[in-house]
Amino acid sequence: METLVSAADLEAIILTLRLAAATTLILFVVGTPIAWWLSRTRSRWKAPVGAVVALPLVLPPSVLGFYLLVSMGPKGPVGWLTQSLGLGLLPFTFWGLVVGSVLYSLPFMVQPVQNAFEAIGERPLEAAATLRASPLDRFFTVALPLSLPGFVTAGILTFAHTVGEFGVVLMIGGNIPGVTRVASVQIYDHVEALEYGDAHRLAAILLVFSFLVLLALYAWRPDRGRR
Amino acid sequence: MPSIRRLCLTASIVAACILATGLAAAGAASAAEAQIAVAANFAAPMKALIRRFEADTDHSVRASFGSTGKLYAQIKNGAPFGVLLAADQERPALLEQEGLGVPGTRFTYAVGTLVLWSAEPGVIGDGAALLRAGDFDKLAIANPRLAPYGEASVQTMDALGVKAALEPKLVMGESIAQTYQFVATGNAEAGLVALSQVMRDGESARGSGWIVPGDLHEPIRQDALILDRGRDNAAVNALFEYLKGEKARAVIRDFGYRMD
Amino acid sequence: MIYADIRVEWPGFTLDVNERLPARGVTALFGHSGSGKTTLLRCIAGLEHGAVGRLSFNGAIWQDAGTWVPTHRRPIGYVFQEPSLFPHLTVLGNLRYGQRRSRDQDTRNARFSLEHAVELLGIGHLLKRKPAALSGGERQRVGVARALAVSPRLLLMDEPLAALDVARKQEILPYLERLHDDLEIPVLYVSHAPDEVARLADHLMVMDAGRVLASGPLSQILSRLDLPIRLGEDAGVVLDGEVAERDERWHLLRVACCSASLWVRDTGAAIGDHARIRILARDVSITHAPKTGTSILNTLPARVLSLGDDAHPALSLVKLDLAGSPVLARVTRRSAEQLGLTPGLEVWIQIKAVALL
Repeated sequence: METLVSAADLEAIILTLRLAAATTLILFVVGTPIAWWLSRTRSRWKAPVGAVVALPLVLPPSVLGFYLLVSMGPKGPVGWLTQSLGLGLLPFTFWGLVVGSVLYSLPFMVQPVQNAFEAIGERPLEAAATLRASPLDRFFTVALPLSLPGFVTAGILTFAHTVGEFGVVLMIGGNIPGVTRVASVQIYDHVEALEYGDAHRLAAILLVFSFLVLLALYAWRPDRGRR
Repeated sequence: MPSIRRLCLTASIVAACILATGLAAAGAASAAEAQIAVAANFAAPMKALIRRFEADTDHSVRASFGSTGKLYAQIKNGAPFGVLLAADQERPALLEQEGLGVPGTRFTYAVGTLVLWSAEPGVIGDGAALLRAGDFDKLAIANPRLAPYGEASVQTMDALGVKAALEPKLVMGESIAQTYQFVATGNAEAGLVALSQVMRDGESARGSGWIVPGDLHEPIRQDALILDRGRDNAAVNALFEYLKGEKARAVIRDFGYRMD
Repeated sequence: MIYADIRVEWPGFTLDVNERLPARGVTALFGHSGSGKTTLLRCIAGLEHGAVGRLSFNGAIWQDAGTWVPTHRRPIGYVFQEPSLFPHLTVLGNLRYGQRRSRDQDTRNARFSLEHAVELLGIGHLLKRKPAALSGGERQRVGVARALAVSPRLLLMDEPLAALDVARKQEILPYLERLHDDLEIPVLYVSHAPDEVARLADHLMVMDAGRVLASGPLSQILSRLDLPIRLGEDAGVVLDGEVAERDERWHLLRVACCSASLWVRDTGAAIGDHARIRILARDVSITHAPKTGTSILNTLPARVLSLGDDAHPALSLVKLDLAGSPVLARVTRRSAEQLGLTPGLEVWIQIKAVALL
């Protein structure tokens, strides 16, 4: 009997999961301060920054991918920076994909977390301040626990969105097996090479995965477990 | 009498309408529209060809550009194209077998030329020596499974005996267009791309390149086929004849293709 | 002493206060909603970042031109109108939150142990519950205990009872009174409810439209006739005295205030206990001579100090001196005229009801 997926497809799936996990972890660290700032600031920069964060929602991935390819290239500012730091160039590397995915999935992390932070309101943080908690202390002991549901939502969305990411990866990946050939690109290749059977199998796996993730997200009610 | 006058008026309006409709129908018969699917590597020459074709005839052409694989999938699923200009011979032959093309219309409209190219001037002199030395970080090629240029690139590396050595340095574009993009942005120092991509008006537009000798790989024959939907379309048939004409062949050659 | 010279400007509202408040006992900040009392409290806590001016507490500067002590470094306890407990922590977790953090700063002079706060507010049986499983009254008691558990040097309370219904209020007020009696730390208590103020306050600051109208000892401010703050049916005074005698047979207590004595219902207080009694103006009537043949227990000599307008044109408020303490009486203008009430006139007052608070 034929195995469900070929070794190459399995490699692509594992790579996809690694990319999604790395992207999600990095975005927890990078997106949380942005979300916090956006939820608390009264600066006139709030609207522009919020709009920039939301850009990947509306931009075609090809636009983002193209700019990334140019800016991370040897003549681009990011490429210049990574080269002068001795990191080489980012396109065609796993970490290049991570950088692209972080940018592309940024709104999926920032927006749910920002909403969660905003829903807390000022009062619990003021209460914590009157209980001797410093701003950083308040953030970790009050704001974070109270917005946990937002973090779970953001994490799931970011992970799932990165798994489904295609356009940016295609633009900056270079289709290197085990390094940048993720599942969505592999499906594209199957389709282009008229290997419709392989395409179907891998596509079905992604479809079921995405459905399960979203099912978990919609079925999960944060307050159900709390009582 | 008002009633008679009204009758006359109505009659003349009806007559005018019939006349106008007839004229429009006659116009449509002589000036048709062709909807065609074109492989991405042939986009630039095709645009030039369409301009000339539309100037020389009354017909108009609407072209969609994409990878041959994608165009093939679209045609199989009912895309309304009258013509396919593919990047290879395989897909048009398949469509012909599957009864989606008009039998006997398939012909090679161009033979692709592979070029080892860099966006930097002066980088590439003797391309074969450069490939043997492997003196670069990344070499971009088109995905050999998907693009005939990719297949030819692998054959070239094989012929030069450098395939295994270069394997770790390869980055693959999904199409020859994307491969060109990797090289043009400098992210890959060099790449094997289509000569048509770096030629403008009969000469290399920028950077440096080495035309891969035709004996290092199988010729990259690009076939065209009239599809079922274009069978009785006057514009499709006219365009097909135009492509075979010397005028069109000169344009195609100018863009860096060889001819059979 | 608390010294506050504070200005806050918002569109349509200005708070402008320059006041010294005693750093002992309970000071009520009293006024209608929108009078700025909560804003002033928040300024003292350091929660209003737009506040400008000077603020000091017992000589320590919390705010002036070059100083801003952030809220978490001010030795305060704060009780919010809604309890604002942390929903992700148990009651004990809430209490420990502040207690743990205050230990670093105030190890040596912890004035208040967590156990003491738990016992004082009667919440020992709630410690393992989450706030969502508490009633409104229980939550507010936890809120007070949580504020006390940081061993504050100043307790700030922002209408802690306003969000509760009458029954819940009655549940909590006794605990707050125990605080008043037990606590050695000063309390600033924001309220717009005269009965809370009467029961809890020693010092009263009346605010209106962002300004201080009057500030002083409770009975002195309550008996002023010139304040535009109308207490309406609640106009009256509060007297502090001591339980002097128990009449077992009739279940009455005699409370000695200054040199006067008043009989009140026996509430079970012990002889010698501190007693606060409230006399509403509507319960006080005035006669020329002591009446006999009346059901009223407390008939006492007093002297008219001044007359003022009341809410209704038919009524006037009379301020009298009862053995050195001010008392208000509400009489009709016609009665005042017929009795010939003028400042200095010696009269007798009949007090229909005296509430021992």
